[in-house]
Amino acid sequence: MNENYNISSSPHIRSKVTTGSIMLYVIIALLPATIFGVYTFGVPALLVVLITTASAVITEYLYQKLMKKKVTIGDFSAALTGLLLALNLPAEAPWWMCVLGSVFAILIVKQVFGGLGQNFMNPALGARCFLLISFTGRMTTFVYDGVTGATPLALLKAGESVNLMDMLIGNEAGTIGETSVIAILVGALFLIAMGIIDLRIPGTYLASFVVFIVVFGGHGFDLTYVTAHLCGGGLMLGAWFMATDYVTSPITKTGQIVYGICLGVLTGLFRLFGGSAEGVSYAIIFSNLLVPLIEKMTLPRPFGKGGER
Amino acid sequence: MALFTFKGGIHPNDGKSLAKDKPIVSVLPKGDMVYPLSQHIGAPAIPIVEVGDDVLVGQKIAEAGGFVSAPIHASVSGKVKAIEPRFNPTGTKVNSIIIENDGEYKEIEYPHVKPLAVLTKEEILKLIGEAGVVGMGGAGFPTKVKLSPKEPNKIEYVIANCAECEPYITADYRRMLEHPEELVSGMRIVLRLFDNAKGVFGIEDNKPDCIEKLRELIKDEPRMEVKTLKTKYPQGAERQLIYATTKRAIHSSMLPADAGCVVDNVETLIAIHNAVVNGRPVTSRIVTVSGDDVQSPGNFKVLIGTNQKEVVDAAGGFIGDAEKVISGGPMMGFAMFTLDTPITKTSSSILCMTNDAVAEHEPSACINCGRCVDACPSRIIPSRLADYAERFNEEAFVKWEGMECVECGCCSYICPAKRQLKQSIGSMKKIVIANRKKRGN
Repeated sequence: MNENYNISSSPHIRSKVTTGSIMLYVIIALLPATIFGVYTFGVPALLVVLITTASAVITEYLYQKLMKKKVTIGDFSAALTGLLLALNLPAEAPWWMCVLGSVFAILIVKQVFGGLGQNFMNPALGARCFLLISFTGRMTTFVYDGVTGATPLALLKAGESVNLMDMLIGNEAGTIGETSVIAILVGALFLIAMGIIDLRIPGTYLASFVVFIVVFGGHGFDLTYVTAHLCGGGLMLGAWFMATDYVTSPITKTGQIVYGICLGVLTGLFRLFGGSAEGVSYAIIFSNLLVPLIEKMTLPRPFGKGGER
Repeated sequence: MALFTFKGGIHPNDGKSLAKDKPIVSVLPKGDMVYPLSQHIGAPAIPIVEVGDDVLVGQKIAEAGGFVSAPIHASVSGKVKAIEPRFNPTGTKVNSIIIENDGEYKEIEYPHVKPLAVLTKEEILKLIGEAGVVGMGGAGFPTKVKLSPKEPNKIEYVIANCAECEPYITADYRRMLEHPEELVSGMRIVLRLFDNAKGVFGIEDNKPDCIEKLRELIKDEPRMEVKTLKTKYPQGAERQLIYATTKRAIHSSMLPADAGCVVDNVETLIAIHNAVVNGRPVTSRIVTVSGDDVQSPGNFKVLIGTNQKEVVDAAGGFIGDAEKVISGGPMMGFAMFTLDTPITKTSSSILCMTNDAVAEHEPSACINCGRCVDACPSRIIPSRLADYAERFNEEAFVKWEGMECVECGCCSYICPAKRQLKQSIGSMKKIVIANRKKRGN
């Protein structure tokens, strides 16, 4: 008698959550911000989203085919990278910039370093910074309501006043996905409810940023000034959707808090004392590089050696 | 009321409703009986019968092969047919005694046992050892050894592991419901050995009927109490159970006795009761037969040595073509390639699954999501340890506390990339232990 049932090491059951389902949930969570961006900036924004996402997926497919690797576009991670990059671009970005950004994100930042899980830097943000350095003019020209205008952060830096309500809703100039704080928060709440992200990184990021602004901003605890800084630029999109990227954030719980504080301080530093009004992208990719160090410093104590509490 | 628990763990679909309400039914074997000489941790037992010998129910057929070992008794009457290697449920060939069952179940004359009150501690331990009692939850550590710590007076808690946190299994649940007096009696015996100890029954809150029953039974027992534990896997893992009930934490190089604790599960305590009160050796146990590919899941009283196929047949056999058959629970049990293996002292269940959840997914790249870190009851980092294990990086594996893994399988269960984390870490642990031995010599 030899029935040859399947054998494997235990456990013999698996949870339903897969890499693909996680990525898909994040894409769904980005939809409110995407739809709002397309609604505000019109057809050009839709084109940027479509071109960037499609070229990210195609790049991954071609690379993996060429390298005779298993094609993994089915896990939606390339699509997510493309979408995140699109939300970080101005609606006026020409098609070739979208493609170039996606190719850079997937090829240089992700695949060359070993593909999913191996990249040491958020691919979408890596590509954004690459484009920002290469095409500063195009990347920082924002058209809102038919006129080229400064972003609220630029106004803030110049010492002018901003409309807080407009910043919350998103009636302002900026990249496609960063303008509406409300739309971003709706997506973030969805991710928290689904257990995909928790408050550790975004919470410490925003809190330490506020502390930095209050101490060094020169306005003391001025609620309008602080709120404007919180709602302006890429902070919300970055804190909820890019700083929380699993691959490029620490896996240890304490490390996530340290990482959040690094992000807050660096963002404040770049925004207040840097040359540009923005600082989120650089703060995140810089902190990405610190992750291995942070993890090493924050190794948890195991059960029975103090880690049980 | 706050429930007692630990940090980490998972909440898999528990599947217990399949067999929960099925009373225990006895299964009488028809075919040959197979008694592996290693049904416990430690030295294999040494046969004391020869081929051709007639044996009776309850007769000792193999004696303990060392201090950490346990004797084995016949569960049927008949003739010794062979002593040869046979597959055991874990898939290895183990020297076994094979007995042809004559179907008459003639018993030996059991020795008269003195009442508990007049037994000395040494006599109690001897009875437990002679009856071949081992940890029947799955580990199979000889109970007599466990109950003989260096300083018995320093034991403050005797913990009855009534958690039964493995999905599907309901054997202990039925035991507690149908024979709670025997469980309490087992606890009373163990408490006799430890003068300064309190008896704690740790039960998950998904078994309120058992909690109520036991509370009622022990209301006049000043040394016993029932603690309600949160339903969570692995609530019944020794270290986690000790922490949940006493807030004392031990790591891999400590024994429960170092925290003043002794832990025995339900089936073991009942075996202790049978050994000391009735003078009966371990010849049977409760086995849950369950899973989505079994006609009528249920709980069965099975003689040790019975062919597993007969037990599945007692539950009506398969519905379709089972893809996977597991001895023990789905989290820590062993997948069996054949049902032609015997029920041993540690076989708590047979699970028959239509689909193999492990084969459904190809492992993919780690995305560093940290779900394994959240789930790990040992509070280590499974994903990194698996990386080190796959690269045979012993130094980093040990530095990142890989040896603290209890192999509960939470990490593999929860991993969205479906990586075989527990398998990698478990294999590396064995390599580290082997290397340490090599260096020690």
